[in-house]
Amino acid sequence: MSRNLILGAALSSLVLLAALISFIWTPYDYAAMNIPDKLQPPSAQHWFGTDHFGRDMFSMIMVGARTSIAVALVAVGIGMALGVPLGLTAAARKGSWLDELIMRGNDLVFAFPSLVIAILITAVFGAGAINAIIAIGIFNIPVFARITRGAALSLWEREFILAARVAGKGATRISAEHILPNVANLLIVQGTIQFSLGILAEAGLSYVGLGAQPPTPSWGRMLADAQTMVSFAPHLALIPGGAIIVTVLGLNLLGDGLRDFLDPRIRVARA
Amino acid sequence: MTQQMLRSLASALAVGASLIATQGLAKSDITIAMQLEPPHLDPTSAAAQAIDSVVYTNIFEGLTRFKGDGSVVPGLAESWEISDDGKEYTFRLHDGVTFHDGSVMDAEDVKFSLDRALGEDSANAQKALFAGIESVEIVDPLTVKVTLSEPNGNFLFNMAWGDAVIVSPDSIDDIKTNPVGTGAFTFGEWVQGDSITLNRNPDYWGDQPALESATFKFISDPTAAFAAMMAEDIDAFDNFPAPENLPQFEADPRFQVLVGSTEGETILSTNNKQPPFDDIRVREAVAHAIDRQAIIDGAMFGYGTPIGTHFAPHNPAYVDLTGNSAYDPEKAKTLLAEAGFADGFETTLHLPPPSYARRGGEIVAAQLADVGINAEIINVEWAQWLESVFKGKDFGLTIVSHTEPMDIGIYARPDYYFQYDSLDFQAVMDTLNSTTDPEERAKLLGEAQRLIAEDYVNGYLFQLAKLGVAKAGVQGLWKNAPTAAIDLTEISWSE
Repeated sequence: MSRNLILGAALSSLVLLAALISFIWTPYDYAAMNIPDKLQPPSAQHWFGTDHFGRDMFSMIMVGARTSIAVALVAVGIGMALGVPLGLTAAARKGSWLDELIMRGNDLVFAFPSLVIAILITAVFGAGAINAIIAIGIFNIPVFARITRGAALSLWEREFILAARVAGKGATRISAEHILPNVANLLIVQGTIQFSLGILAEAGLSYVGLGAQPPTPSWGRMLADAQTMVSFAPHLALIPGGAIIVTVLGLNLLGDGLRDFLDPRIRVARA
Repeated sequence: MTQQMLRSLASALAVGASLIATQGLAKSDITIAMQLEPPHLDPTSAAAQAIDSVVYTNIFEGLTRFKGDGSVVPGLAESWEISDDGKEYTFRLHDGVTFHDGSVMDAEDVKFSLDRALGEDSANAQKALFAGIESVEIVDPLTVKVTLSEPNGNFLFNMAWGDAVIVSPDSIDDIKTNPVGTGAFTFGEWVQGDSITLNRNPDYWGDQPALESATFKFISDPTAAFAAMMAEDIDAFDNFPAPENLPQFEADPRFQVLVGSTEGETILSTNNKQPPFDDIRVREAVAHAIDRQAIIDGAMFGYGTPIGTHFAPHNPAYVDLTGNSAYDPEKAKTLLAEAGFADGFETTLHLPPPSYARRGGEIVAAQLADVGINAEIINVEWAQWLESVFKGKDFGLTIVSHTEPMDIGIYARPDYYFQYDSLDFQAVMDTLNSTTDPEERAKLLGEAQRLIAEDYVNGYLFQLAKLGVAKAGVQGLWKNAPTAAIDLTEISWSE
């Protein structure tokens, strides 16, 4: 186990834990405003201080973690659920019109900067967490489709696949029973990376007002709200910014560590 | 890093250069920032406040005009006589007034301007101002007689609005992009999305202003506004969008902060025709669920005056009715239960971009949630707000500041977006419009304020403050905003 893996797992589980605990306990009600107590710096009473409405920042960060994770998780889920079968199909039908259709479709989605697509979708269908999920999910599809197809293509050349074909298995069964388990490692690593990108995308969308709507706390919107107050209440921006950094760093380290850990070639080389 | 150094070097050089340039010579230009860019520059065909901010008294003048203290003084009309029955106003125009294109401004232009506002196809945003005008007659080139169908004590006040300015018939076709007026400043250049420049009119009929030119710069983002002010890229900000930053300007000797009042009644507008808001008990419950002081402190950082009705507190006729809708969540819950909503209900809260609405809306939503009303926040841009809320009347609640002066008359329009239809109120407004005696008028205005407060038409939140920020050396800025205007004629630099 590498240091990256341990550190990444620790940071990621810290955030995950905060999100899970927020379901049953937060120090204060995250939505409760207490305007006379606004803009307090971190203290024993309010660990992360209070925001411009006197809401407890620590509670908001905890619930905000929930928002971020939920959006990113479902978005990556959408990307995997649609992207992986598309990639497997394209690899199984390599060179056919279906392969072309899928991969050129992917190129089309890839051609747009991901955040621009997300802004487009939320602008057309309205701002909100659900639409943010769909938007982020859509640009995850080609990522998974490509990586699956690439890995699957090399597997299709291997002898054990040939054996399966000789045994009379169809392309669908081979894809599901032999190809998929062998690309799973890759998908887990990519999923972790995409997850961190999803968190960033959610923060970006809610920063411009297109993510989760108030009163649902969101790290990106906390940052946006803090903008004009940075000069006299820096904790308003530093804390949600720090939360995003910790989460994204944690997930990236975890992804790196997982790749090292799961990739048999590297493992062999190291041994 | 190097770019930053270059930039600071450049600005240091610029400061040095301007120091040399201004030695012994007061600065004669100014850059004033405002948040919104006007859609076009014709004040007589749109309600957008940003138009008036740029053109009012600078480019266009009316028969009468507002001063910074809210008083109405002669404008293009030098004097006037009112007939004994209060129906005939004879205006004597200033001699020697020319439009910026060189043509002479006379009685014909006045008739043209008023007839244009009155006409069937008039695009004027405030047609009510002209509604009482029966006819406009030219007596001689410098005398105009306006006949009203009924006496109207507000007529001179109405003629001071930016919507009632005198325009030149020849310039109408491209007034929106090239406004030609009689004012002390001529239209210079409009860089779309950035700024509008005005230049001094050397042929102005009145006193020459101190400024040679003025630039209005459009900065909508509060963070950018703060940065531009701190970097001294702009000399003044008309109405600073981030009240939280004002203490920093106050503490800085380079700047002055002018906190004044506006005509903006900030209200929780309620769709009186949409159930359950058609039930007065529900509206009353909403009124009692709202803690105004918390909204002023939380959204405006303390700037603003609580109001209990749709009327400006600095107006002598104002009646303090805040007690009528005092913060009382228990009472709100009782009222909701009586109306059959013991478990509350769901509605929408549309919020346009200004921070009074976005931040105020979050607080209002939280306060409503405390009594069981679940108001879903929908953030909208102005265009969307105008389309779906103002025109489409598709909303439950919304927060907006009504910035026109003396606009309580909107409650007499049943088709206005909050759809208040009360014959009692309409009768009071009818009587008011035909009353000229000031004391009687004040009484009627008080009655009108009481009626809408007791009908809980809307949630009355606070009077919007005008938060002006300027460099210390700028003089003559309006502290209050009796109408949307940035009057350049009295602005000068000290030293």
